[in-house]
Amino acid sequence: MSARVSAVPSTTAPSLSSRRRLGDRLGDGALHGLTAAAAAAAAALLIAIAWKIFDVAHPAISKYGFGFLTHQGWDVARNKFAALDFIWGTAVTSFAALLIATPVSIAIGLYLSELAPRGARTVIASLVELLAAIPSVVLGLWGILVLGPFVGQDLEPWLHRHLGFIPLFSGTPENAGILVAILVLTIMVVPIISSICRELFVGVPTELEEGALALGATRWEMVRGVILPYTRSGVAAAVILGFGRAIGEAIAVTQVMGAGHGIHWSLFATGDTLASRIAEQYAGAAGLQVASLVYLAAILLVISLLVNLAARLIERRFTYQRTGGS
Amino acid sequence: MAVDATRFSLTLSRRTRRRKLVNLLMQVLATIAALAAVAVLAVVIISVAQRGASALSWDFFTKTAATFGQSGGGVADALVGSLVLVALATAMAVPVGILIALYVSEFASPRIADAAKLVLDVLNGLPSIIIGIFVFALLVIGSGQAAWKGSFALAIIMLPLVARATQEVLALVPSTLREGAMALGASRWRTVLGVVLPTSLGGILTGTVLAVARAAGETAPLLFTTSIAANAVTWDPRQPVLSIPIDIFALAESPDPADHARAWALGFVLISFVLVISLTARLLLARYRSKLER
Repeated sequence: MSARVSAVPSTTAPSLSSRRRLGDRLGDGALHGLTAAAAAAAAALLIAIAWKIFDVAHPAISKYGFGFLTHQGWDVARNKFAALDFIWGTAVTSFAALLIATPVSIAIGLYLSELAPRGARTVIASLVELLAAIPSVVLGLWGILVLGPFVGQDLEPWLHRHLGFIPLFSGTPENAGILVAILVLTIMVVPIISSICRELFVGVPTELEEGALALGATRWEMVRGVILPYTRSGVAAAVILGFGRAIGEAIAVTQVMGAGHGIHWSLFATGDTLASRIAEQYAGAAGLQVASLVYLAAILLVISLLVNLAARLIERRFTYQRTGGS
Repeated sequence: MAVDATRFSLTLSRRTRRRKLVNLLMQVLATIAALAAVAVLAVVIISVAQRGASALSWDFFTKTAATFGQSGGGVADALVGSLVLVALATAMAVPVGILIALYVSEFASPRIADAAKLVLDVLNGLPSIIIGIFVFALLVIGSGQAAWKGSFALAIIMLPLVARATQEVLALVPSTLREGAMALGASRWRTVLGVVLPTSLGGILTGTVLAVARAAGETAPLLFTTSIAANAVTWDPRQPVLSIPIDIFALAESPDPADHARAWALGFVLISFVLVISLTARLLLARYRSKLER
């Protein structure tokens, strides 16, 4: 701006440059305004989503209040709706899926960051990530027609024979049910958690790792003593993100969970999650049923907002600590 | 100093042997975990390919579903529907996504940029069925389904993906390029449109392609917005259209094995499209990034 120093004042130069500067100022302002408007629109969209969902759910919210969350039953014929069955189904499937997926994902992350042969590393990593790219409806199709029969006819009878004394494995084996949903959800969240884990593990300073090895630690002791403590909060954030994915999956779960009712201890029983119940009743819902379905969506929205914010906050604090606030 | 000779024994002590054993065990477990993930991918792809590939034919791609009780027929309506839905969604999401990314990387203060990224991440983390319900509540209640409403829902899914991918590529553009343009007297907006954007075009394209792959496989946002359609090919976005994911979803629920065969064939088409696209985009993106970072 201060570069325009001319010894000889000319009559044309100032007007020309000021016109150009005006054009540039307008251009700068226009682009700044346009991009800012787009960013504001994204924020507005988020607010609009929350507002609209609570707005449409309002008839059900005002009729049932918080009792909706603590009661069972979904009876379209009698126009009575409640969410506890589906909250239960969501909690059981997501927690169980994470219980399996977390150690597996950490192991995959460790394998990819520490063990895999250098040349194969990126190939295996992208294959694992490709697992996340499979459309959920295709995974659900595979779940109901391939995985389901395997679970119903081989896995569940086996579990029942050997571990049947545990309530989880009681009941009659079925091709569709909670266990199939848990397995499908596990397949969906493993690539998400493991790719974040891999990045975290790769980011551990080499000096720390080599220090542990130099002190005579085995590789596993180095992992347990250095890598895992160092990345703990990041891994926690990854697991929470995986949880957010698991509770929100509607399509594949709808296909394999069998649209059941009630709260059962048996993993063989059919069930429904918040998201899958919404997806099932897309056709022909009316009146209070619509409001109740959207009330389910509102519950899901609140949980997933909390989950996402929590994960991002942990993630942010993690990177803040590791980079010394820069 | 008297040294206890037994301490220098060359045979491994019990404790050391145990430590080595644990180490080995853990390495084996980690390897098994990684192989299992790859195996699951292979099993899914192979079982879809085995069951789906045989049903593919010229008729499958060019005809609509046979009327009830007749065999044969194809899925042309679902293919065209998916094409319309995804094309329209891309047209809606990409310009806005690029603008948001430009704002975050070129104009916003660090605090506001952080907040904008958070908004995008939260938007990306919302379950897709929530997006479907939102568009249903906003546009469908009272006026019915239409393809463009489905596209709008898909665009909401794509928006954070495009914006984040673009923003990450913009952040890689060397600041020397910006400074060079500025030093030549170019204004901010000319620098952004003439230098920064063209430099990052490759990355933006691959990010967009990945978002397209994601949108093509989404079912939940379409359930409420464009799922009940006539059995005919239509290019009109004001009509509800059928789409590949919705068709698979409906056919999978059917008790008829012939419907399952069609579902597998559609699944094969979808999975091939999505996997080939995302694999190529990933490779291109990796190459592009390393070029830019050099």
